[in-house]
Amino acid sequence: MALAGPPSVLETRHRAPRIRHETVIFYLCIAPWLIGLIAFIAGPMVASAGLSFTRWDMLSPPEWVGLRNYVTMFTEDPDYWQSLRVTVVYSVFSVPLRLSAALFLAILLNEATKGVGIFRTIFYLPSIVASVAAAVLWSWILNPRFGPVNGALRLIGIRGPAWFSDPGYALWGLVLMSGWGVGGEMLIFLAGLKGIPSTLYEAAEIDGAGRWPRFIRVTLPMLSPAIFFNFVMSMIGSFQTFDTAYVISTARAGTIGGPLRSTLFYMLHLYRNAFSWLKMGYASALAWVLFLIILGLTLIALRSSALWVYYEAERGR
Amino acid sequence: MSGNPLANALSRGLWSWTRSRRIEKLVHDVVVYALLVGLGALFAFPFFWMISSALKAEYQIFVWPPQWIPNPVMWSNFAEALANPLLPFHLFFRNTMIIEVAVLTGRLISCTVVAYGFARLTAPGKNFWFAILLATLMLPKPVVMIPKFILFNELGWVNTFLPLTVPAWFGEAYAIFLMRQFFMSVPVDLEEAAHVDGASTLQTIRYVIVPLSIPVLTVIAILSFKDNWNDFMEPLIYLNNARLYTLAVGLAFFNGQYDVRMNLLMAASVVVMLPLVILFFFAQRAFVEGITLTGLKG
Repeated sequence: MALAGPPSVLETRHRAPRIRHETVIFYLCIAPWLIGLIAFIAGPMVASAGLSFTRWDMLSPPEWVGLRNYVTMFTEDPDYWQSLRVTVVYSVFSVPLRLSAALFLAILLNEATKGVGIFRTIFYLPSIVASVAAAVLWSWILNPRFGPVNGALRLIGIRGPAWFSDPGYALWGLVLMSGWGVGGEMLIFLAGLKGIPSTLYEAAEIDGAGRWPRFIRVTLPMLSPAIFFNFVMSMIGSFQTFDTAYVISTARAGTIGGPLRSTLFYMLHLYRNAFSWLKMGYASALAWVLFLIILGLTLIALRSSALWVYYEAERGR
Repeated sequence: MSGNPLANALSRGLWSWTRSRRIEKLVHDVVVYALLVGLGALFAFPFFWMISSALKAEYQIFVWPPQWIPNPVMWSNFAEALANPLLPFHLFFRNTMIIEVAVLTGRLISCTVVAYGFARLTAPGKNFWFAILLATLMLPKPVVMIPKFILFNELGWVNTFLPLTVPAWFGEAYAIFLMRQFFMSVPVDLEEAAHVDGASTLQTIRYVIVPLSIPVLTVIAILSFKDNWNDFMEPLIYLNNARLYTLAVGLAFFNGQYDVRMNLLMAASVVVMLPLVILFFFAQRAFVEGITLTGLKG
């Protein structure tokens, strides 16, 4: 459509207003998002940073307290350390469990030739189920007396724990349950596996590499970007765990984060401060510290990724 | 053994025979499928247990060994669970659908227009705003949760669907990003033709871009539908009136109140899960593509 060659004088003269016109249209197009950015992201972020230095119950006017909320968090609030501990313990066990389960399932699916669709559906389905429904379902699966898990344990002579009613086991029940919903991670691994060129495996095989060396030397390095992505997303997600812990603890133990604070996740503590006790200032401070923790962990992961994530494009360097 | 040439040859033969490709492949397949079937049964079992429990009479639900196939099949559990006057599931379903329709309409319209701007138009500051857009993808929800609640509370929107639906009309970072990537692959010629014919930007989007972008719009619509269906925290924060609950919140309260009536609780869970499962079967490809394309978890 456009003719080749240098622009005529006429075109050059018209270009300036046309560019201005396009700028206006661009900003009109992105206006909804810009407004949303100010109203629902940037504005609230500034407000929440400010609120974190106040005491405010939404009834009387906010009172400036400086760093008090942050000091309280680290020195006076025993539930704070408990909630942080619960969240860290959960993440340390749940993230590796999810990643290895997802990787194992993806490799199995990649090795299979027939019926892949059926199995992929079975493994993926749990992850689209509402977290509330999954929590309700699992509290029945792990019912101490009538649930199938303890029933199966009884068959081999083991007396199963009370799971969600026992402070020693409630968190482990949640870790176990999180392994059920790995479908999303599995699909990302599966896509990664499909993208590994078969020539690499053939070359390794000619060199006499068996199954295990091929996995270590070819599959894992080629899959490392997908592992890295799943690791970061999974970690960010597990630090924000809320739904399942809320549903199970309020129904089984009658309190948020019960029994005996054993499932008092960071987000539950935050929610309780904000919406049960209306401590909006303190809850804002909690939110900011959580944000900084997540940001810090993400940056550490990004930094470390240079050491173990292999990107195809960098091979020439 | 080395003294017997026959045995020697036989063992060497057997050795090479077991090492042959065909046998190796057979062993490999047997192991793979045994693991797939075993793990598949493990992953599917909770669903089976839920459906089986949902169809049992109350006296059958607490027996061991369990009655795997309910007899009699209590279809009435569903009616009883749904007709509970304190927890009207038909209302929860209606509420959830109202929110879904409002969110999907708003998100698809606003994100398409914004993504078109980022994909096709040039303007000073564009790269800066795009970097900001990508940065917001990383922002955890809790940071903005409290001021948003205060804002909507000030506006008098608490206990209405507005806090859950209005923000969707102002774009959504991941959908904009995904659409932009797709729009960039649409040939420019068609738009130029429309432009020459005097079409406005909105007309170009509506009549040129949208028809060519049905696959990506479908993916976004389906993922967005699923996220809304499963959303728990936002409705929990904004809705305090049982008649306004969504299905997820309703089920959580049902769980708290009717602890012992497991068969009814399971029937209600089936009702909450079923629409998504049905949607998944019809839109499997879009689900799978969406996860792998966006890299966003399901």
